[in-house]
Amino acid sequence: MSEHSPYAYDSKIEGNIIFTTLDTAINWMRSNSLWPMPMGLACCAIELMAAGASRFDIARFGAEVMRFSPRQSDVMIVAGTVTYKMALAVKRIYDQMADPKWVIAMGACASSGGMYRSYAVLQGIDHLIPVDVYVSGCPPRPEALLDGLMRLQQKIMGEPSFLEQKKELLASI
Amino acid sequence: MTYADLSDALVSRFGDAVTGRSEFRGEWTLALRPDSIASACRFCRDELAFDLLLDISSVDLFEHDPRYELVYELYSLTHRLHLRLKTTAEAENPVVDTVCSIWPGANWHEREIWDMMGIRFAGHPDLRRIIMWEGYPYHPLRKDFPLEGKFSDVPDVAFTEPAPLAGGPFVTAPVAGNTEVREPRARRAGDPPPRRTFTAEP
Repeated sequence: MSEHSPYAYDSKIEGNIIFTTLDTAINWMRSNSLWPMPMGLACCAIELMAAGASRFDIARFGAEVMRFSPRQSDVMIVAGTVTYKMALAVKRIYDQMADPKWVIAMGACASSGGMYRSYAVLQGIDHLIPVDVYVSGCPPRPEALLDGLMRLQQKIMGEPSFLEQKKELLASI
Repeated sequence: MTYADLSDALVSRFGDAVTGRSEFRGEWTLALRPDSIASACRFCRDELAFDLLLDISSVDLFEHDPRYELVYELYSLTHRLHLRLKTTAEAENPVVDTVCSIWPGANWHEREIWDMMGIRFAGHPDLRRIIMWEGYPYHPLRKDFPLEGKFSDVPDVAFTEPAPLAGGPFVTAPVAGNTEVREPRARRAGDPPPRRTFTAEP
């Protein structure tokens, strides 16, 4: 464990006591158990499935529990071309997800409309919902999605939600 | 049964309503007047055993008169022959009789043509849009519809916005000519204006 780690433990009592902050502990739990909402809309969904299957095994990062109900999901992986016909449905499903929630825009289409500069395609899902991580590729390899997932985990580890709440509380007193 | 027999049967039955017939690399095409396309289709199914409708498609012959062309691809499982029927529709109020009662499979083909090209089918049992949503105000495959799309909004259903094409490749210009002229692969600042002459077509 490095000197700058958010965790600290004493090797003499290893496995029994860890000192950390509440933010770090909660973020550690959240980031290692991200349940994806697989919003598979096009060929990127095939790579998403590959990322979930045995060869790439997204379970190594704690994100194997694909939930087909937005109520049980933490991260929406928008994998594929978002047409205008589907756009409001994607937004609706995002709205139904419980906080805290994150979004990965997987592939060129979900990030920017990709090669579809067209009357039928939304030019990036960030027109409608906030995106945390963009994954490039057309479609991205499963490694790229896993890299995006790890970046999201790093991002979650830096979230100061309880610190912010504590500051607000102190300010209100 | 040969193509010549089929063609002769249609011509003898419909006479002047057959406005043209052609053969290209073993594919036979008959052009018919719009008012007789439905009866010709029924004749093809009942008398000539064309029991399968493969597809109906439409063409926007922008700036030609009549503007639209409909193409019916028929196949006979009995004779193992293809036959292509064509008809036309006017630019103003394009309407053609439905063939849904002849081949039920025509239902969705005709809905797609109504949705994408805006040609109505008289007598269709359920002429709704099939790809775009109800309330979308345009017919996007028409040649005068821009590739980048237009603003539209149906609350709680869908919205559209023009895509940022930045003058990029394959952007349709509202000029006469074939696809190569209207939709060049690339345009740059200072390029000569798009050619107005046909290059591949006479």
